[in-house]
Amino acid sequence: MKKVRISAILLLIFGFAVLSFDYYSQVPGQGFISNFPFKLGLDLSGGSHLVYQADLTNTKTVDGTKDLDGAMESLRGVIESRINAFGVSEPIIQTEKSTIGGEEVRKLVVELPGVTDLQKAIDTIGKTPVLEFKIQKEGTSSDAVLEATRMEQAKLEAAAFVGEGAVTSNASDATSSLVSLLTSTSTATKSTSTAVASIDYSKLYADTGLTGQYLKSASVQFDSNTRQPLVSITFDNVGKEKFANITGANVGKVLAIFLDGQPISTPVIRDQIKDGSAVISGNFTPVEARSLARDLRYGALPVPINLIGTQSIGASLGENALNASVNAGIWGFLIISLFLLVWYRLPGLVAIVSLIMYTIFNLAIFKLIPVVLTSAGLAAFILSIGMAVDGNILIFERMREELAKGHTLEDAIREGFARAWLSIRDSNLSSIITALILYFFATSALIKGFALVFLIGVLVSMFTAITVSRTFLLALGVKRHKGIVKFLFSNGLKR
Amino acid sequence: MFVVKYRKISYALSILLVLFSIFTISKWGLNYGIDFKGGSIIEVEYQGVRPSHDDITSIVKNSGVDSEIVVRPTGEKGYIIRTADLASSTMSVVTSNLTTSNFSTSTLGATSTATGNVTSAEKNNAVNKSTTTIGTIKRMDTVGPILGEELQSKSITSIILVILAIVLFITFAFRHVSKPVSSWKYGLAAIIALAHDVLVPTGIYAFLGRNGGYEIDALFVTAILVILGFSIHDTIVVFDRTRENLKLDDHHKEAFDKTVGKSISQTFARSINTSLTTILALVALFIFGAEATKNFSLVLIIGIVLGTYSSIFLGSPLLVTFWKAQKNK
Repeated sequence: MKKVRISAILLLIFGFAVLSFDYYSQVPGQGFISNFPFKLGLDLSGGSHLVYQADLTNTKTVDGTKDLDGAMESLRGVIESRINAFGVSEPIIQTEKSTIGGEEVRKLVVELPGVTDLQKAIDTIGKTPVLEFKIQKEGTSSDAVLEATRMEQAKLEAAAFVGEGAVTSNASDATSSLVSLLTSTSTATKSTSTAVASIDYSKLYADTGLTGQYLKSASVQFDSNTRQPLVSITFDNVGKEKFANITGANVGKVLAIFLDGQPISTPVIRDQIKDGSAVISGNFTPVEARSLARDLRYGALPVPINLIGTQSIGASLGENALNASVNAGIWGFLIISLFLLVWYRLPGLVAIVSLIMYTIFNLAIFKLIPVVLTSAGLAAFILSIGMAVDGNILIFERMREELAKGHTLEDAIREGFARAWLSIRDSNLSSIITALILYFFATSALIKGFALVFLIGVLVSMFTAITVSRTFLLALGVKRHKGIVKFLFSNGLKR
Repeated sequence: MFVVKYRKISYALSILLVLFSIFTISKWGLNYGIDFKGGSIIEVEYQGVRPSHDDITSIVKNSGVDSEIVVRPTGEKGYIIRTADLASSTMSVVTSNLTTSNFSTSTLGATSTATGNVTSAEKNNAVNKSTTTIGTIKRMDTVGPILGEELQSKSITSIILVILAIVLFITFAFRHVSKPVSSWKYGLAAIIALAHDVLVPTGIYAFLGRNGGYEIDALFVTAILVILGFSIHDTIVVFDRTRENLKLDDHHKEAFDKTVGKSISQTFARSINTSLTTILALVALFIFGAEATKNFSLVLIIGIVLGTYSSIFLGSPLLVTFWKAQKNK
């Protein structure tokens, strides 16, 4: 008896400790434990959720196989850096793989808490400066190619009727000694590839395989003579080698720099460039040069992506949903407690204590894992409160049977627990199976959140039913089953 | 036990419910939400006065949406607008028009006098004869066809997997029971109860979909899976008791229907009470909870009530029916 009472007290102390963890970790400025606030999903905190499908049909084949995982990982990295530059706190960017109708589909899921301007978010992510270096085709003369490019660009401008910023000019020979590239005719087209699709640069230029993917850095410089802004780029090791090979093999030819499918600079190679650096002069305004340098620095997307789903939830809607869910939880708890107290009396009170511990433990686990709470997750938690009582009810009903058989109260409690355990295990097994299947086949964060909370709830409820309820019931230490004790341990309509 | 004795009544009731469900599902079909069939939803709320239904429809139409547009009022001041899956550029035109459009004076004037509840912004508008009302986009969702397909295939897979897991579980749990009713019949009875518990909420939902705009979405599927787990758990509790009582009664002195009746009455309180606490929690969720989980909790309430009913009034009495059929052979 003494032992049980000590365990009961220890359990209570532990419960209080966890409760204060739950509480103080919500208060900012409490040191280490402030690192464990509740994590709220977008549907509760407000924000945007974007789903992209990656187009991997053109991913390069290496050693006979396509490294799709690698391509997706680098895509994820690029998008992440772009979003970080945008200044969103705690974005989530993850890749997903699924099979739809027998075909493997790769998705990129982006969650932006607090961002409700969907269009801005889409623009930030979708802005894909595809930087390509293309060499003039075999058997063409550089002059002819340059002339044709100029003609095509003039046509484009006429057709697109771009009023602002689209000026064709002969940029002066650039200064920088490290780059001998620049005998450039360049055009900055303000709006990239709007309407006109008739231009076929593939007749003039061939791919070199050198793209913005191989950039190490990009920054803005100013031409010391003309004060024109320039974008200076440096290749990484692979890019440096490629660049050296290309420039070495094609001296005297045009190496065009394409941005988003449009040539922005068409310098002629004068010498091999071994140090892996170059300058793009494209008649930029300082602002354009800066944004291009930034976009290049964060990289072009290694894989093209299509937006296939979006969701945006206003902060007020999220807050309302959160308040409503918390409210429902409190009400649910109170109604269940009332029922337990009225129907099961003293054991019912023990069940309520057990339920309080259940809630405290669950909340701590949500913080520690951490579980991203969604409205469905909170629904699962409320549902699990209702189900967590199940273990206690099983035990009480078994206990009542043991009492009816003439066992002493303490024996009835011990026996009731022992016999109820198998039923508790079996009955929770089906819920565990459901939760696991739901978790692994969930298509949305909402359902995943539900499944995870449901699973945690079932596991914790098994623990609290057999430890907490059992310890407290035994610790009450009632021996005689008579009078008031008999009343307190009876249930329902009996006296 | 009266449950076993009057089982024909409960069979009749269940058959009626199942027939009703088959009727509603085949007549009206299931009303799928956008996460299954793809599409866009915009929820917009207006400060003070709400523009008319027709205004909203025409704004959306004039923003370049050529698909069917369904506008439903929500709450006091809001609208939910459903269209086919919109490109993000169209979506941004629609949302900006919805939040900044000028609405016809007649509608605004009429509504604001009617409500008598005019915000200061509205007063200024009235003075200036300007007709701008301020809208806020509460949420917008767009689901492309690929995501819809994915949800369909994953939903089907997970339902099949849950059913398979349940069948395996029952077969395993009742592998030692053979007399007087063989173990696969326990499985069959449980599956019949299960089908009943899933079919009826779906049928009710088809009815509500037709008459109240309720939609089958990912949460509905989740609810159905939870009901599957719950229903089997309830049924197993009674079967488990039957198994235990059969073991105690080694010489089969007691007739099988008596054993089943006894098992039902022994587990009756437990079955009802555990379901009751769950339902209490769900009712709180339905009444006080977030809009997003209201329909979800409704499906669960229906399913759990049915699951409890079927475990007591359908699953176990079926065992007796099987036993009788086998005896009369």
